Amino acid sequence: MNINRRSFIKSMALKSAVAAAAALFPGISFGAWKEADFPSGMIQWKKTPCRFCGTGCGLLAGISGDRAVAVKGDPNCSVNKGLCCVKGYHSIQILYGKDRFKDALVRKNGKLVKVPVQEALDLVADKMKENIKDHGKDSVAIYGSGQWSIADGYTASKLFKGCIGTNNVEANARLCMASAVTGFMTSFGLDEPMGCYDDIDHADVFITWGNNMAEMHPVLFSRMLANRKSKKHVKIIDFATRTTRSSQASDKSILFRPQTDLAVANAICYEIIKNKWVNWNFVKKHVSFHKGKTNIGYGTQDHFKFKDKAETVDLNKYKAFLQDYTPEKVEKISGVSAKDIKYMASLYGAPDKKVTSFWCMGMNQHTRGTWINNLVYNIHLLVGKISTPGNSPFSLTGQPSACGTVREVGTLTHKLPHGVVMKEKDRKMAAKIWNVPVEKIDPKPTYHTVEMFRALDRGDIRFMWIQVTNPMVTMPNLKRYREGAKKDGRFLVVSEIYPTPTSDVADVVLPSALWIEREGFFGNSERRTQHNEQIVPMPGNTMCNTWQLIEVARRLGFKKQFPWSRETYIEDIWNEYTRFHDSPKHRMAPYKVLKARPGVQWPFVNGMETKWRYNPKYDPAAKGDDFDFYGKPDNRAWIWLRPYEPAAESPDSEYPFWLNTGRVLEHWHTGSMTRRVPILHKAVPASYVEINSDDAANLGITNGSRVKITSRRGSIVMIASIDGRGRPPRGMVFVPFFDEKYLINEVTLDAFCPISKQPDYKKCAVKLERA
Amino acid sequence: MPVCSYLAYPARGAKKELAKELSALRYCEVTPSENEEILLLVTDTPDEKEEKALQDTLKNIKSLQSLGMTFGHMDE
Ligand code: SF4
Repeated sequence: MNINRRSFIKSMALKSAVAAAAALFPGISFGAWKEADFPSGMIQWKKTPCRFCGTGCGLLAGISGDRAVAVKGDPNCSVNKGLCCVKGYHSIQILYGKDRFKDALVRKNGKLVKVPVQEALDLVADKMKENIKDHGKDSVAIYGSGQWSIADGYTASKLFKGCIGTNNVEANARLCMASAVTGFMTSFGLDEPMGCYDDIDHADVFITWGNNMAEMHPVLFSRMLANRKSKKHVKIIDFATRTTRSSQASDKSILFRPQTDLAVANAICYEIIKNKWVNWNFVKKHVSFHKGKTNIGYGTQDHFKFKDKAETVDLNKYKAFLQDYTPEKVEKISGVSAKDIKYMASLYGAPDKKVTSFWCMGMNQHTRGTWINNLVYNIHLLVGKISTPGNSPFSLTGQPSACGTVREVGTLTHKLPHGVVMKEKDRKMAAKIWNVPVEKIDPKPTYHTVEMFRALDRGDIRFMWIQVTNPMVTMPNLKRYREGAKKDGRFLVVSEIYPTPTSDVADVVLPSALWIEREGFFGNSERRTQHNEQIVPMPGNTMCNTWQLIEVARRLGFKKQFPWSRETYIEDIWNEYTRFHDSPKHRMAPYKVLKARPGVQWPFVNGMETKWRYNPKYDPAAKGDDFDFYGKPDNRAWIWLRPYEPAAESPDSEYPFWLNTGRVLEHWHTGSMTRRVPILHKAVPASYVEINSDDAANLGITNGSRVKITSRRGSIVMIASIDGRGRPPRGMVFVPFFDEKYLINEVTLDAFCPISKQPDYKKCAVKLERA
Repeated sequence: MPVCSYLAYPARGAKKELAKELSALRYCEVTPSENEEILLLVTDTPDEKEEKALQDTLKNIKSLQSLGMTFGHMDE
């Protein structure tokens, strides 16, 4: 390498570290690539949302010839204002892994062999027809993703729900966002946050609930730190079950025992009422009180069913309910001192402080995920700190289009692009837009994700098409579902870009075009839709996922419903899809506007984005003079009486440790992309188990030694990490799930929240041994 | 070959010692940071073998609690 270029790269390396350090934050670099314009005028910069997390940073991909060669943060994108994290910076390299699938593969005599893509698509359509004929429409299913582009999810939903007539449509966002959705629906009647990232610039206090933002939402975390740096009084409180990089950068770290966030949230409300911090004007005008069922189970058995029932109660009942949650009582359950509970309550209660709460998987992957979402809304509602700049209960998403594709398009068994399959009005709307008879759309939901894989194991589902996700790494209690997928009579189609444990069990692999190799849309955590054009050519015989679905739909006889041309189909799909959301509550921006800007927030009404919903000052759908919670029939936000109930499985004498699983900054989910980026792989080459140093000493485990982790479902041997970047408290271990060599989900439990059906990946019981 | 930058987090009370130990290593440049709790480390190794050896050495430095990568470049 030429010396000048090398010293330039070194100076950029140093600059990014300086910038990161200035923000006190690990793993982020500030627009240093700007100077990478230097090699010549040959690099063309094109906008795209980042491929990875739900933050939805705007990137500029630098293109030279046919190849993406550089990345920088898009200074025009309000999400990240030119910032980018280490994953974003290296994102274009995911396009160029050596073992990329570039051809279709079909299993013949037990081996995957290359075939022309058209032949593979014929086989997929034939197998679907055969199964529908022999076993009925509900024997075929599609399992997609919060990384699906909006057009992919929309096409899948139209084909399966509208044309085939089965509600066997699910997506991996069930594993990450379902509790957020049911939390929003039960508290406000409409999904997705009322606020936006601008809240970060306005808030005085941030409380993060089980949310390691420094690693999972690094750019947003850095915006929080920037706010704190510019205003000395700003405080960040990290409320979590283990100490992380977020704890290190926070003003205060408070640890709670797993599952007891339920009790602490109620105790905060108890204190708010006791200390007369309630905003009575707000509560009397805009809030109603409700109670649901209790002792609701954990869903570990097949065919588990649960339906909640809301009962309206009054304020006195709520106050009586909270008597079980005095800070002193909750200290015993949660391990959080009464003093710290009172401190958190005082921050929420202070009339002059604007408070934003953030959460993500810690609250959503929870067997009472819906409840804990409700309880944090309760806190904000009691003090009226909501829907104004800086006052925001903010549920963050993990994936780039969990909101855009799964929640807004509705790629879940009970959902339609507008509304739910159970409602005739919603079915009629879908049938009209989809040009199918209304009777075709089944009014009964079928299987949520865990139950869908159970159905595949039982043989109720016999054909499954998996796109943009890797369930043979991510399903909890994995062994059962992998064995199920491999049984005779099952047919699996996997649309993928690289070999994974899921493509290993496929009967057909369809080679997919990735991210900027095709046109598409994502929708991020703050209701922002982001468009990217096709920036580089598709390699080999790869094909866009949307187009794969269209090809199969046409082979199944649905040409009329999928008439679009290859040149304009993404635009045509957008124009059709947005007819579902044509009201001031959810209007989406037109294609042309999305193409021109680095993202637009919905509702997009009269050419304006809506930053804060339910507040007439900002939201054209809201009526009245202050707030209008128009999602609920009583035009109020709902406070819920939700008790503390224990986890599905807690440590005992045989299995004395909690197992908590999650992610690391450098890797994206199962690592199928980021492990192929040399620099990210080098940063964290293998998964490990974090163990508390005292526990390790008791067990004779040293840093780097091998540890066997065993649960009632399986065991795994991994390398110990003691006092590394994350430090669990005594009695807990933490394992990142990005590494397919260590399938930690063979150990986890498939218990889920009975309301949202989202599994709890954060809590099950294990034992440890030196290996 | 690889050029990387990191935020280096010292073990409690060991920042000076860490600065000394890192500066003594080949292919490492240490810069003080405005944020006084951490150090900035830029590594520039000639090849894969040296890079691996350096990573192993870094892992064994007692005064180093953890490294957070902020930038990486690798010529294919
Ligand atoms: S924070 Fe998320 S969206 Fe932003 S660059 Fe990093 S991975 Fe991409």
